Amino acid sequence: MMSNNIASQQRLAQDLIRKPGRSRLESGRIGLVYILPWIIGFLFFKLYPFASSLYYSFTDMHLFNGISKTGLFNYVDVFTNRATVRSLETTFRYVITTVPLKLVAALFIAYILNFKIKGVNLFRTAYYVPSILGGSVAIAVLWRALFRNDGLINSLLSTLGVQGPSWLSDPNYALIIISLLRIWQFGSAMVIFLAALKGVPEELYEASTIDGAGKWRQFTKITLPLISPVIFYNLVTQTVQAFQEFNGPFIITKGGPLNSTRLITMIIYDQGIKNYKIGLSSAIAWVMFVIMMLLTLLAFWSQKRWVYYSDETQRGGL
Amino acid sequence: MAELTATRRRIFTRQRVSSLIRYAILIIVGFIMIYPLLWMVGSTFKNNNEIFSGMHIIPRNPTLSGYENAMKSYGGDIDLWKSMVNTYKIVIPKVLFTLFSATLTAYGFGRFEFKGKKFLFAVLMSTLFLPQVVLNVPQFLMYTRLGWVDSPLYLPLILTTLFATETYFVFLLIQFLRSIPRDLDEAAKIDGCNTFQTLIKVIVPMLMPALVSVGLFQFMWSNNDFMGPLLYINTPARYPATIYVKLSMDADTGFEWNRVLAVSLISIIPSLVVFFLAQKSFVDGISAGSLKG
Repeated sequence: MMSNNIASQQRLAQDLIRKPGRSRLESGRIGLVYILPWIIGFLFFKLYPFASSLYYSFTDMHLFNGISKTGLFNYVDVFTNRATVRSLETTFRYVITTVPLKLVAALFIAYILNFKIKGVNLFRTAYYVPSILGGSVAIAVLWRALFRNDGLINSLLSTLGVQGPSWLSDPNYALIIISLLRIWQFGSAMVIFLAALKGVPEELYEASTIDGAGKWRQFTKITLPLISPVIFYNLVTQTVQAFQEFNGPFIITKGGPLNSTRLITMIIYDQGIKNYKIGLSSAIAWVMFVIMMLLTLLAFWSQKRWVYYSDETQRGGL
Repeated sequence: MAELTATRRRIFTRQRVSSLIRYAILIIVGFIMIYPLLWMVGSTFKNNNEIFSGMHIIPRNPTLSGYENAMKSYGGDIDLWKSMVNTYKIVIPKVLFTLFSATLTAYGFGRFEFKGKKFLFAVLMSTLFLPQVVLNVPQFLMYTRLGWVDSPLYLPLILTTLFATETYFVFLLIQFLRSIPRDLDEAAKIDGCNTFQTLIKVIVPMLMPALVSVGLFQFMWSNNDFMGPLLYINTPARYPATIYVKLSMDADTGFEWNRVLAVSLISIIPSLVVFFLAQKSFVDGISAGSLKG
């Protein structure tokens, strides 16, 4: 009975959200003229580098010495070089800790902010500021000061009577600290969640309260399904971003201690830009790209099972 | 009757309690989020011994030595102010070019029908998922060959934005454009406007909120960009603030933290000011990009 009710309410919500029909578009080649800059940019600055890096990945391309041989050797190197394999593992560990914690924090705070909270704008700002500044080098510098042996965090711990570890020079902790820098920036994901939560029709909650549903049941049966497209969006974008993390470890730990924060982007940078090994670094980048693509495809494939779309036309396309 | 009021009171108390818990969580978590930033501001006014002597924000013996030293150069051709000027030599053209090229592209996709549009749109969307990390090294090679690396005009950083290379912004504008009714375009057409006049007179004014968001995000991201300058700028005199801050940290770590933190703080003040002036546009922009998709 209960679930039936929710299903019908979801259909109601669907009707509320559906957009009016579209009128026809102007036709003619003139549209192509407007997108011409983008076409040129795509061909020169995206497609060409993308395709050429695939080619270089099968060569020993060197910035100054060019190509002397071709083959699969770079890919063999990627999977046999212990430093690279370890870096791939580190990258996975980093992504797996950062993304879920960031999303859970974002959804949790957005959920609370969605109640009738006084000063919601003030809170939203406070939570959003780290996201705006967090990408800057200045904040990476701050992070180093916070997690020094005698930094703010250990001062706090010592007032609680705990002797804090040396976060950034201990291989067991350094990666977590790098993750924390990004988790701290959950604000942008939170703003997106908050907007989605505001879009859930109030009537659904009211009706289910009359049916005797508790807050948790409402959250899992109404809120989560209705905002699932946004969960999906945040999950994919945050994962793609996390795989490309570079500034944090590069600035804060320089990949150390004992390579415990050497993410794959740093290996790509070292090999390609510092050692001029264009071929090898292209191969590493491609391995990473394929992994990211597979995960993205997996996410898109899995969305049939858990992502609830209110309107077919919202899946994209024009 | 008495029973009813008792129940009502119980519900009322329960609501009060859960509301209190909500505020408590928001305030405590918010405090944890913001405290490091406040500590950073306070530390720039402390002497170097005091910074790491406790958790307090307000300096016991306030000093401006951090700021005085921040003004000094580390030697060489670059100082904080020069590097900040360099930053805006990059950021301002990037913002303008992005607005220009992304608007044209969004207009073309959003308002016209042409052969191959479905395919091109699919290509556009797929570049949203094309990670920059795959492109960095081959782009570096390409720009090296073109002689663009270390160009005084910052060509690799700026020129590309004339070609709508930042797909996210195009996507955001297309989404916004789709929500604008076409009646006005048609009215303009009847009044004898060509498509470009329609764009300027009708579409751009209506797109304004989205354009503001695009401009602001591009401003922030370009301000924070570290990887781009790291790859494409070699001459110290041309370094932007992000590189300068990194260098000052490497140079001073361990002894002059008030200077390093002051340099860092000054470098993000323009971003902070812009953010506080335009908060609402940021929030609207970030929500628009995800929700209508």
